[in-house]
Amino acid sequence: MNHRISGPDDLARLREELQRERHPEQPTLAICAGTGCQAYGVNRVIEAFQTELAAHGLGERVKVLPTGCPGFCERGPLVVVKPQGIFYQRVKLADVPDIVEKTLLQGEVIDRLLYEDPQTGQKVVHEAEVPFYALQQREILWINGLLDPTQIEDYIALGGYSALIKALFEMSPDEVLAAVKNSGLRGRGGAGFPTGRKWESCRRAEGEVKYVICNADEGDPGAFMDRAVLEGNPHSVLEGMLIGAYAIGNCREGYLYVRNEYPMAVENAGLALEAARAYGLLGENIAGSGFRFDVQIRRGGGAFVCGESSALMQSLQGNVGEPQAKYVRSVERGLWERPTTLNNVETWANVPLIVAKGWEWYAGIGTEGSKGTKIFSLVGKINNTGLVEVPMGVTLRHIIFDIGGGIPGGKQFKAVQTGGPSGGCVPEDMLDLAVDFDELDKAGSMMGSGGMIVMDEDTCMVDIARYFLDFLKEESCGKCVPCREGIARSLEILNRICQGKGRAEDIDLLEELSETIGGFSLCALGRTAPNPVLSTIKYFRHEYEAHIFEHRCPAGVCKALIEYWIDPELCTGCGACTRVCPQEAIFGQKKEPHAVTRSDCIKCGACYDVCRFEAIKIRSGEVEPAGVASPAPAVEA
Amino acid sequence: MLETATLEQILERHGRDPANIIAILQDIQAEVNWLPEENLRYVCDVLQIPPSKMMALATFYRAFSLEPRGKHIVQVCLGTACHVRGAVRILGAVERELGIEAGETDENLEWTIETVGCLGACALGPIVVVDGEYHGQMTSAKASRVLQRAKKAGDNGTGE
Repeated sequence: MNHRISGPDDLARLREELQRERHPEQPTLAICAGTGCQAYGVNRVIEAFQTELAAHGLGERVKVLPTGCPGFCERGPLVVVKPQGIFYQRVKLADVPDIVEKTLLQGEVIDRLLYEDPQTGQKVVHEAEVPFYALQQREILWINGLLDPTQIEDYIALGGYSALIKALFEMSPDEVLAAVKNSGLRGRGGAGFPTGRKWESCRRAEGEVKYVICNADEGDPGAFMDRAVLEGNPHSVLEGMLIGAYAIGNCREGYLYVRNEYPMAVENAGLALEAARAYGLLGENIAGSGFRFDVQIRRGGGAFVCGESSALMQSLQGNVGEPQAKYVRSVERGLWERPTTLNNVETWANVPLIVAKGWEWYAGIGTEGSKGTKIFSLVGKINNTGLVEVPMGVTLRHIIFDIGGGIPGGKQFKAVQTGGPSGGCVPEDMLDLAVDFDELDKAGSMMGSGGMIVMDEDTCMVDIARYFLDFLKEESCGKCVPCREGIARSLEILNRICQGKGRAEDIDLLEELSETIGGFSLCALGRTAPNPVLSTIKYFRHEYEAHIFEHRCPAGVCKALIEYWIDPELCTGCGACTRVCPQEAIFGQKKEPHAVTRSDCIKCGACYDVCRFEAIKIRSGEVEPAGVASPAPAVEA
Repeated sequence: MLETATLEQILERHGRDPANIIAILQDIQAEVNWLPEENLRYVCDVLQIPPSKMMALATFYRAFSLEPRGKHIVQVCLGTACHVRGAVRILGAVERELGIEAGETDENLEWTIETVGCLGACALGPIVVVDGEYHGQMTSAKASRVLQRAKKAGDNGTGE
């Protein structure tokens, strides 16, 4: 159906044609249809727009563009009305007729759907002026909001595949390699290994058959930038892999290993491969250059450790995903014992930018040791949750407080957890740390894949350490004893601390165990497993001590150490809590303050979740406030 | 259990290549919701995979189940972002509502509760996914309501 692109001029002609079809002045509704906005029910909003437009006879004139995730998940569903660029947030089904009638037909801006800057109270009309976006440098993410990821034509119209054509027709493989090396790009998957050096080793390795792999097994809980990029702009990743395969040489096959938990990424990547093949941009004789390369998709089986490169390759070969010893490097002997280059999604997506705009441009962004931009997923106790792309080297404080808008509900910032289960918790007095690979390492955390989980005063740091070890215990492949047994024993200790049964020597014991786990495990999962424990002991030792010596959880999280009570000053007696209590442990008369029968309470927190007056309180180790004791109900049932 | 003809189609689709075993198991599970022993033995014979290796694979990868799962699958995300926003309370509510615990399936094979490490929709945590449909910003009460609606829809035979 499509014609196969036969060279640089042909692609340029096609692009011009596609650009003509996509007139910039055409009224367009760009709607985020990423996984996040799906959870808000955006599909129904999109359908409603289509129906409403058809009802007004605008079906032909106004384009509905379902895009990938532009990053501002907090405010979804997001609708941008183009060409004006009017930014509507938290759009609900009921808002659809208004947007069509008022904005599209009468050019009116609907005030209630605009973003209000919490700092200034000012309403912001245009997408580009929203501080969350304006403070970022969105080299990779910006394009997500401009195209339909299922349409290769959108990508080509925006300049897509021009970097590939430039590499194939204007540059030798060595020149491409030099560009990537000089750019200073380091792997975005966690370890930060220089990408160019990896490619070079693979190029130099002997072998008639070599492979490239895209690691899209983004398993770090709290990180979802790779999902957003692969889902929202799969062609950028594919273009990066094509350029890599060309630079490395002898590379005719590639694999895209995607997490099974990302169904939309799998689907969009699959469509991208088909479309690229149809245009002759993938497969035999790519764009008439004689270069040949194809990519297959493999879905992961839900094993976190398969994000580790050697485990991933084992999984691709149909084996259990156990990491392999690194004395043989995978650039020399990787998949099927052949030279293999593996990079993660975001790394591949950077490659076309470097080739298209030049390495000099790229190397001008970032710090001495970390170049370019990095996408972070800013989540947890933060006002503006979502994806943030900033140049390397900005401070954590800038990301959390300026872009992220600080902590909701006037609560106190406690820590930010970076680097997933391999990372650590960074306390407030280190927020002026510049975010790059080396600085975070020094602080006992790591960049990891870029998850940033913000924690406030209500987060218990002992519980967080326990949480990560619980996660890692499940995910340890079991090959190395220090990792398998050490994590399980550390978890036992943390569990007993959280239950108020901690012993005086437990902190020392945890530190000692951590040394063994970290020092004697084969892969990064084990080697970095102690980070969450050690960093919380280092910066939040007092919380451990409160649990062990005072049997108290200062944040009010650890179930065994807390009690729920109802503040009679705040309770309105609405009865919402009594209705949800599975234990019938809450009593009180309508419109009178209620109370909790402690002996019946299972501490499920259902009442806490449902109370609209913040009357349900948690306390730990405190003396009961006078007048709210509730030993025996004095009220008739 | 999957019929041999369907099983053969799946094997054919993956070129009868033992390297594609994970994809083959995924396809079997997509059809019948779990991995029945008879099917696994058949695949072992055809692809010349030792049963010990098959067991290793089926138990190593979290996505696979060696027991029948319910018609409806509820996934509760326990990722870090969901965790700090109270995912444990949500899981408790889901368990109470369905009368089973995480990892379990009810007697009638209607419901299974699974926990997942992260669904990548962290901004909307806590997240609960019911039969592939994402529900964000859950509270324990909201999670109960979502499940009550799903149960009702199931009773009417309309599904969700």
